[in-house]
Amino acid sequence: MEFFVQLLIDGLTLGGMYALIALGFTLVYGILLMINFAHAEMFMTGGFIGYGVLNLLSNESTIATASDFFAPLSILQSTQPFFTTTALGFILMMLIVFGVAAVLTGLLGMTIERFAYRPLRNSPRLCALISALGMSLFLQNFVLLAVGHRMVFPTPEFLANLNAVPLFGSIRIAPIDLIIFVTCLVLLFTLDRFVSKSKLGKAMRATSQDKDAAGLMGININSVIALTFFIGPALGAVAGTFFGLKYGVVTFNMGLFPGIKAFTAAVLGGIGNLRGAMLGGFLIGVLEALASGYLSIAYRDVITFAILILILIFRPGGLLGESVVEKV
Amino acid sequence: MNKVVAEHQGYLMQATNATIQFGGLRAVDSVNMNIEAGTIVALIGPNGAGKTTFFNLLTGIYTPTEGEILFEGRSVSGKKTHVIADWGISRTFQNIRLFKEMTVLENVMVGRHVRTHSGFFGATFRTPSFRREERQIQEDAERWLDFVGLTDHANDLAANLPYGAQRRLEIARALATEPKLVCLDEPAAGMNESESADLDDLILRIRDELNITVFLIEHDMKVVMNLAEYIYVLDFGKLIAEGLPAEIQSNPAVIEAYLGQDMEAAIKAKRQALLESRGEKVATPPATPAPEAAPEEAVMDSDGVVMVMDADIKEKNDAA
Repeated sequence: MEFFVQLLIDGLTLGGMYALIALGFTLVYGILLMINFAHAEMFMTGGFIGYGVLNLLSNESTIATASDFFAPLSILQSTQPFFTTTALGFILMMLIVFGVAAVLTGLLGMTIERFAYRPLRNSPRLCALISALGMSLFLQNFVLLAVGHRMVFPTPEFLANLNAVPLFGSIRIAPIDLIIFVTCLVLLFTLDRFVSKSKLGKAMRATSQDKDAAGLMGININSVIALTFFIGPALGAVAGTFFGLKYGVVTFNMGLFPGIKAFTAAVLGGIGNLRGAMLGGFLIGVLEALASGYLSIAYRDVITFAILILILIFRPGGLLGESVVEKV
Repeated sequence: MNKVVAEHQGYLMQATNATIQFGGLRAVDSVNMNIEAGTIVALIGPNGAGKTTFFNLLTGIYTPTEGEILFEGRSVSGKKTHVIADWGISRTFQNIRLFKEMTVLENVMVGRHVRTHSGFFGATFRTPSFRREERQIQEDAERWLDFVGLTDHANDLAANLPYGAQRRLEIARALATEPKLVCLDEPAAGMNESESADLDDLILRIRDELNITVFLIEHDMKVVMNLAEYIYVLDFGKLIAEGLPAEIQSNPAVIEAYLGQDMEAAIKAKRQALLESRGEKVATPPATPAPEAAPEEAVMDSDGVVMVMDADIKEKNDAA
């Protein structure tokens, strides 16, 4: 039983990250009916940016060994003890890390939409798909050449010193898992509220249901699409940074498997359906954790892809999708 | 620019030589039209005459290939649909295009988008001004629902409304953008007698209470003759007549366009039935078939083209 609960906790943490990435797939699909294959790279790039900022704020040697160009950053050295050792500092640092990673990755997503997808919007759908694949390869190789194939995440001192939180019995939850799980829930809840209640969220839903009618009702379609391409990558960046924090490393090709699994999650929930993507993310995460616990870790990926195949055969609309053509 | 505005004073909308060509088909062909503010104007014509295409030109879905359409002195050519909506032109659709998976109230709230200002920042951090605006949007939307009489359905999904109510919801959504000119594309289509009488009343209230100019495409001649103060008639993309309702009713060109083929077809069918009942060999009279087949086909053709164009709109979203 305890083993099961422990696996469940692992699964929910992992699932939260999958859900964040899956939302990016599903948002774009809902509005443009396009699978944004470069989205996995948003997760990766976000991880690298998050890592970079975290390093600047918390790692002494980064600044000490930096080139003259980065010399002005040395003022950050004086704030490092505050960020790495106190609770308030740690929370503040994490907010900065996630904020910068989310905003920069969001802007990157908007830029990609502007230059790689928008010119192809009226072309056959395959064109945008291929453009997305190209973008994915480009980003992977760009990061590989410009930054390196991997970067090791330093665990901030404060986080490293925290003890695992006991739940009940011998079950403990690692602080990082708790942070990931809670943050994911907050973000998912906020996004859900944003899309269902706010004016811009309504504009997004209207655009996904009928672009022309939305335009004629005064909604600027291009800005709604740009907004979608900001939100998705921003959430992906948060997941990427969490991924780095949890596993202690970011690599240029780390987007591949989480990307495919998040895509599976989006399909499982019903692609285009936001709550479906959240549900799918958590389901995939939990199933994966259970599979690696009870079967073998080698079966983890097999389970995910078996689900993808089964869903595509028996319920292509997904769990929450009403039919194949329905969206958002 | 000011000079242009001055020249067109008095006219809310002015089309000069407006033309759109799809391949070899001039779907709207050199149309001149003026709409005065505060009037109810109807655009009529047989199926495939180019009426909806004209609406599409006016609201920015298509750009005229020749000529110009001015709204308050500003040319709508090449403008994005949302910009034109912001200027004050709103519309409904012949084949209802509500946001089906949103509630009735939400549909109208979408219409408020263009008149409100809070952005991403406000929505993310739920600033007080954002909340105030959201509340305002909802109150406004409720007011418009009340205006068209759909208050009871506010929380239903738009897709679940009865047909006539969906048409009224489209009107409420269009009004929510606070237009100066509202274009109604066959609002009475598919309505029964009493629904269409209610609609007459609603359209009059739009003009009289809200002071919004109404531009109407309609096939129901009873509605047109009851409401319109001025009528334009299109046939095969060309303006064949314009004038007061009484003038249009007696205009031979209009009768020809509307009744010509129908009457001939009816006569032909009757003759055929008569011949068959006598057991005679059914043979079409030698003089009529060839010339008659042509216009009929043409009507069907241009009708088909219009259908294709409507489907096109869905596909064709503004690039860049």
